[in-house]
Amino acid sequence: MANQATAKKPGFLAERANFLDERVGVAGILKEFGRKIFPDHWSFMLGEVAMYSFLVLLISGTFLTFFFQPAMTDVIYNGVYGPLKGAEMSIAYKSTLDISFEVRGGLLMRQVHHWSALLFVASAGLHMLRVFFTGAFRKPREINWVVGFLLFVMGMAGGFTGYSLPDDLLSGNGLRIIDGMIKGVPVIGAYVSSLLFGGQFPGHAIVARLYSLHIMIVPALIIVLLAVHLFMVVIHKHTHYSGAGKKDNNVVGYPLAPVYVAKAGGFFFIVFGVIMLISATFTINPVWNYGGYDPSPVSAGTQPDWYIGWLDGALRLAPSHLEAGWFGFSWSWNILLPLIISLVFLFVVGAYPFLEKWVTGDEREHHVLDRPRNAPVRTAIGAAGVTFYAVLWAGASTDLIATNFKMSLNTVLTFMQISLIVLPIVAFWATKRTALSLQRKDREIALHGRETGRIVRMPHGEYIEVHEPVDKYELYKLTAFESFAPTLARPNEDGKITVKARMRAALSKFYFEDRVTPATQLEIDASHGHHDEQKAIEAKPAKKVATKKPAAKKSAAKPAAKKTASKTATKSAKAPAKKPAAKKAAPKK
Amino acid sequence: MKNKRRSPFAAALVIVAGLIISGGSYAAANAVVKHSNTSQAVTQSQLEEGKQLFLANCASCHGKNGVGTSAAPTLIGVGAASADFQVSSGRMPAQADGPQMQVKPVQFTREQIDAIAAYVGSLGTGPAIPSADMTAANGDAVRGGELFRINCAMCHNAVGAGGALTEGKYAPALKNIPNTRIYEAMLTGPQNMPVFNDANITPTDKKDIITYLKYLDENPSAGGYELAGLGPVAEGLFIWIIGLGLIIGFTVWLGAKSN
Repeated sequence: MANQATAKKPGFLAERANFLDERVGVAGILKEFGRKIFPDHWSFMLGEVAMYSFLVLLISGTFLTFFFQPAMTDVIYNGVYGPLKGAEMSIAYKSTLDISFEVRGGLLMRQVHHWSALLFVASAGLHMLRVFFTGAFRKPREINWVVGFLLFVMGMAGGFTGYSLPDDLLSGNGLRIIDGMIKGVPVIGAYVSSLLFGGQFPGHAIVARLYSLHIMIVPALIIVLLAVHLFMVVIHKHTHYSGAGKKDNNVVGYPLAPVYVAKAGGFFFIVFGVIMLISATFTINPVWNYGGYDPSPVSAGTQPDWYIGWLDGALRLAPSHLEAGWFGFSWSWNILLPLIISLVFLFVVGAYPFLEKWVTGDEREHHVLDRPRNAPVRTAIGAAGVTFYAVLWAGASTDLIATNFKMSLNTVLTFMQISLIVLPIVAFWATKRTALSLQRKDREIALHGRETGRIVRMPHGEYIEVHEPVDKYELYKLTAFESFAPTLARPNEDGKITVKARMRAALSKFYFEDRVTPATQLEIDASHGHHDEQKAIEAKPAKKVATKKPAAKKSAAKPAAKKTASKTATKSAKAPAKKPAAKKAAPKK
Repeated sequence: MKNKRRSPFAAALVIVAGLIISGGSYAAANAVVKHSNTSQAVTQSQLEEGKQLFLANCASCHGKNGVGTSAAPTLIGVGAASADFQVSSGRMPAQADGPQMQVKPVQFTREQIDAIAAYVGSLGTGPAIPSADMTAANGDAVRGGELFRINCAMCHNAVGAGGALTEGKYAPALKNIPNTRIYEAMLTGPQNMPVFNDANITPTDKKDIITYLKYLDENPSAGGYELAGLGPVAEGLFIWIIGLGLIIGFTVWLGAKSN
């Protein structure tokens, strides 16, 4: 303990820190946030990627606002790009060309903005999939799932409004499709379109309006939602994967300060660097090729950016000639059907946590993530959803698939239409079966250990394969999950079984009818008891015949092992004399 | 006296003489061009060779004397330009029937193609092979681009990357196609392409379109590697596979436990 008189004078930083602490209490804040624990896993960083892409979007977008002019007044282009010199175009398109060719660093910034937009929505989507398949949306995180879902939708909105700003042929074609969709809504469609475009399409107002949405409303909403999203991560604490010592009432990982401050800070620059590298080497949206928007030309290969692709695909895959004239209005079902299906799909995605909670009736908090295989039906539903989305998404590029793979456009279209219905069902079934099989494999390993590929001949001539028990950490991972049993429809206070109860029971059956229960300690102990007997039996001969016969393992040895199991209730053996445990166990006999 | 040396009509005479000389030489040059244009294909021996090649390679479907059969249309009146386009691009002679004739390695030498074209051209009145100055890429690329987007982009894509048509038919990509062939395609409307005759798109317009397409061929994208000009689909695949792939690689690296 140093003498008070000789105590060091606080340094420059310490003094500033004290200044701040006395006024705004930074110490408390830092203590609270700096000690936040985050677990380490690559899949937990996908949301971070989305956040960093968004930061890059804000930076590059601000740069672009300095030079972009969202006006649709006609001007004559006199810039440096040869093939458009003297062409008539809108100020919006002209300023986009100027950014590309005359503003220093402008083209790079445009490409940074566009590539990071694609990455933003892509990483957000992947993050959503991670959250879904690991069950991270369960109580208490249902609201945060909805917030994240809204962020994804806002990402699409931000992307689309930005896509339309340059007022080139491609974006104009995209707007024309949106205009058609809006007009396809009965009764209000024509009015909404007229209000949005300020009269007839394309009018002279839309770019400025989309610009307001793109640089103000949408980013503001994203920032607010992002703040709520992160705030809730702090409140809920981060989830972690199942493992020894990882429970629903703790978080195992490293503190925010200094570990994650450094890691996440560095990761931001990695993401920024990847975006920069891509933007500096690969063209994105070469607007100068498309020319200014003119409603008469429509280019082949007109596609939206990837995140709107699934909606475009829904339109393309809808059967044509579905118009009906009801109550004096045109009902264009070829437009309404994809519109309704897309909205229902989005609704189901957003509301999924509540649906699952209603079925399971699970009111407990979950902070340990599920392994996807341990929730077979949820994983299968996810796979079906991903497949449905993927077919719609691929549907947006039917023409490119046809030309690049030398197929008939009509055949591709019909194939996709059938796939849209059939493939999700196939994906559901295949995923559920795979998950159940993996669960059975886990159970088998937990009970009998891993196959080592070593074939051992018993004194009486029988061949068995040696199984090696897994260590206790692995065992914990294999057995630490719960398996719901289907619930029955129970009568309410009046003694009646309501329709709702019946529905819930049916859904519960759908979810949990096929299930694999985790191996219990009792079962494991029982099977290990047999192992000990086995060890004693084979302790000596095994040494002599411990040659590896991997080729014979599956074909010949396995049925033999199965037979043993039925006769002597012994299914596997431990490699003898290799580990002290085997030696210790041997005298038991 | 000195001022009387020059007749008052002298200036007018000089102008008239100048006009006659320049106009005459222009006409002569024009005639030479026209002459070379027509003489390019038509000599008797060439016609004879063309006929032999036609009988050996084309007549089985298009019929003797090019009158057409149930397998293939008549070639009377399609003109030398049409034959030149089909044969010099390798589409003809056809290998197999299908929604559209495929491009294959060219089967004949330049002289043989010229002979076949001359023979087919002699079957009836049709468009001749355009001369080099008609197809030179020295027109107005701005106008060409506009015409291209209005008339061609709906099938061939705004940057000429090609596009799908119905039932296996397609509009091919237009990268690095010889000028003459682009002109002939517009003039004769091969396969499923409509004819853009000189009343619809004038020879000057055609030249402008060729100029625009050549500009695209010769000037790589200012923004870097182009991803085949396929637009947002290629960009989306790129960000998912390469972009996210790289990023996930980094996340795995960052999430890995240190030894």
